[in-house]
Amino acid sequence: MEGMMMAHETDLNLKATELRLGLPGTDECEEMLSAAKNNKRASPETVEECGSKGGSAAKSSHDEHETAAPAPKAQIVGWPPVRSYRKKNLQTKKTESESGIYVKVSMDGAPYLRKIDLKVYNGYPELLKALETMFKLTIGEYSEREGYKGSEYAPAYEDKDGDLMLVGDVPWDMFMSSCKRLRIMKGSEARGLGGAQ
Amino acid sequence: MDPDQSEDSHSNSANSHGPTQPPSPFPDEVLEKVLSFIDSRKDRGSVSLVRKDWYNAERWTRSKLFIGNCYSVSPEIVARRFPRIKSVTLKGKPRFSDFNMLPRDWGANVHSWLVMFAKVYPFLEELRLKRMTVTDESLELLAKSFPGFKALTLSSCDGFSENGLKAIASHCRNLTELDIQDSVTDDVGGGWLSCFPENFASLEVLNFSSLNCEVSFDDLERLVSRCKSLRVLKVNDSITLDQLRRLLVHAPRLMELGTGSFMQELTPRQYEDIESAFSNCKNLQVLSGLWEATSLYLPVLYGACASLTFLNLSDVALQSSEFARLLVHCPNLRRLWVIDTVEDKGLEAVGSSCPLLEELRVFPSDPYDRHHRDGVTELGFLAVSRGCRKLRYVLYFCRRMTNAAVITIVQNCPDFTHFRLCIMIPGQPDYLTNEPMDEAFAAVVKTCTKLKRLSVSGLLTDLTFEYIGKYAKNLETLSVAFAGSSDWGMQCVLEGCPKLRKLEIRDCPFGNAALLSGREKYEMMRSLWMSSCNVTMKGCRLLAKEMPRLNVEVIKDEGSDDGQADRVYVYRSVAGPRRDAPPFVLTL
Repeated sequence: MEGMMMAHETDLNLKATELRLGLPGTDECEEMLSAAKNNKRASPETVEECGSKGGSAAKSSHDEHETAAPAPKAQIVGWPPVRSYRKKNLQTKKTESESGIYVKVSMDGAPYLRKIDLKVYNGYPELLKALETMFKLTIGEYSEREGYKGSEYAPAYEDKDGDLMLVGDVPWDMFMSSCKRLRIMKGSEARGLGGAQ
Repeated sequence: MDPDQSEDSHSNSANSHGPTQPPSPFPDEVLEKVLSFIDSRKDRGSVSLVRKDWYNAERWTRSKLFIGNCYSVSPEIVARRFPRIKSVTLKGKPRFSDFNMLPRDWGANVHSWLVMFAKVYPFLEELRLKRMTVTDESLELLAKSFPGFKALTLSSCDGFSENGLKAIASHCRNLTELDIQDSVTDDVGGGWLSCFPENFASLEVLNFSSLNCEVSFDDLERLVSRCKSLRVLKVNDSITLDQLRRLLVHAPRLMELGTGSFMQELTPRQYEDIESAFSNCKNLQVLSGLWEATSLYLPVLYGACASLTFLNLSDVALQSSEFARLLVHCPNLRRLWVIDTVEDKGLEAVGSSCPLLEELRVFPSDPYDRHHRDGVTELGFLAVSRGCRKLRYVLYFCRRMTNAAVITIVQNCPDFTHFRLCIMIPGQPDYLTNEPMDEAFAAVVKTCTKLKRLSVSGLLTDLTFEYIGKYAKNLETLSVAFAGSSDWGMQCVLEGCPKLRKLEIRDCPFGNAALLSGREKYEMMRSLWMSSCNVTMKGCRLLAKEMPRLNVEVIKDEGSDDGQADRVYVYRSVAGPRRDAPPFVLTL
């Protein structure tokens, strides 16, 4: 049991630090194992089940496992000790802070689109590198005056107003909140977007 | 024994004169004059025990009343003893009521107190209530009974609506403070704010951040612009960023600000204007609110952060990078509250940016999801302890911890006075060694000699409680959940901690023997709470019988065994059993 838990822990750590472009939720099965750690009577039960028993006599042994994985949102009354008005705030916050910002990425000439989570990147360099890897191309250096001059492809995006913009012009945070989809354009077409011409 | 004295009233052994007391060397007026300089209630308690004329002089000169448990004494007894009170602090429900562990209508209704105060203390100026039920009727009585009334604080209270607040706004001409912290009401409209008269300008503190209502912004703006002495303003999330900007323009000297919602699309011009409004707030020491703030608009705050000593981010789920960037601008932080979405990485930034930090609270973003993988771990706590050596108060919610980490943490920060560690999965052992967390808390009580408050969690045997009883000589409040192995654990604490005042226990294997072992102790304490333990009705009845000056109250759960005492609340009282107990509270 201990060995399994140790491996489980290392495994978790690797997964947690891995930069993924895939959708979350693909490693759901590993999370169920953590339920086995619980060795007291106080698994998430409703108050009816909790109240009728006395305290558990469980000691430091780990023999008492919960065999059934508990329903994810079932709660013990008053546990953890967080105040209810705080709960109200946190519920809404959760969806905002934990969902990714997924945008479609198209490349001129490619048969199908990809999807990436902008939240995964800390800035433009990382994003561009990821696009280069994903589509096996080179995008080159950005300059304010000339856009992505000299490269075969240039990254553009469609913003909230529906306009096609060059990636890199606005601060990263503003880009993240206004980018609706990405488009990797062929250099020749992109000339019109970047540079002074 | 007078419960509103200092808790260990047996400390004063000198000068306890017998029935005939020699006359006092100086007249009463002199004694009263001297005593009127004494503020501390502990000192006043000691003074009142010296001799009878000191007791009388003290009671005539006391102007501030503190009642830590509203049921420990009655309004009549208080009124008889203290004739000249201007400020009252009253606390009601046991703390676990914050977590829905008490049914509604349990009690702690302030009304009977107000009726008495209206009769006896017409010059009342301040009322601070915590965890009490306050109805609109009570607020109306308050508003109309005390012409000089100045300051009202309702902390974690319930029972009132817009009408009560309207009464306060309309009638309290000299109001300087209206603070409704953490009080949640269902049906509060925002119209109350409009009830302040047009010439009313005395407000210094206004906090309605936890109220769920839309206020009329125009009325709020006019109020803020009239009240030139306003130093604390905490609005709710119905106020937008742009509206906040307008308020700040009227009150640049604010010392404490609770913002409204940050969720608003700003034009670049608006962004600049708000940034400049914040930069003009040179006196800001406390900042809170920030609902839905994201990295996009957080930077508008930077200019106001230089003198911040308390940053409360517990309403906004920040990520580590934006949090770290914000912290760079807050070098003078002493107190910091955050949500665990900042993760260990964010806490590393705390360690490096906040060397003066004394208090840290980390709240869980998703407390009910057992499989939640993110949040903070022992690593974040360690990082903070390395950088913030002055840490003395911590509240930390996490899903994993190790003994080794806690041992190191208290070595780094031995000055803890409040150590509240909540490992959110009940009975969770040290995640590396799989052992109980006994050694962690042993280190805490051995190293932190000034420890006054402790919350334990994780897998714990009786050993933890042996250590607590043996070493925690200054401990006043202890909270225990899902811990211990037998009665012995609780007995160690009851026999060991000389300054213990509040003991709250849930879901532990402590039974009647443990409960009864503390019988004399409970008279020295404010209260004991035990729920879902092994205590029976028989044990409670025995305690009640043996200790007539204790109130022993039991609330049974639905469908529980007849003999089981599901929720037990024991407290000392000179007022006798409650006269207002609802039917589900059994007074033994």
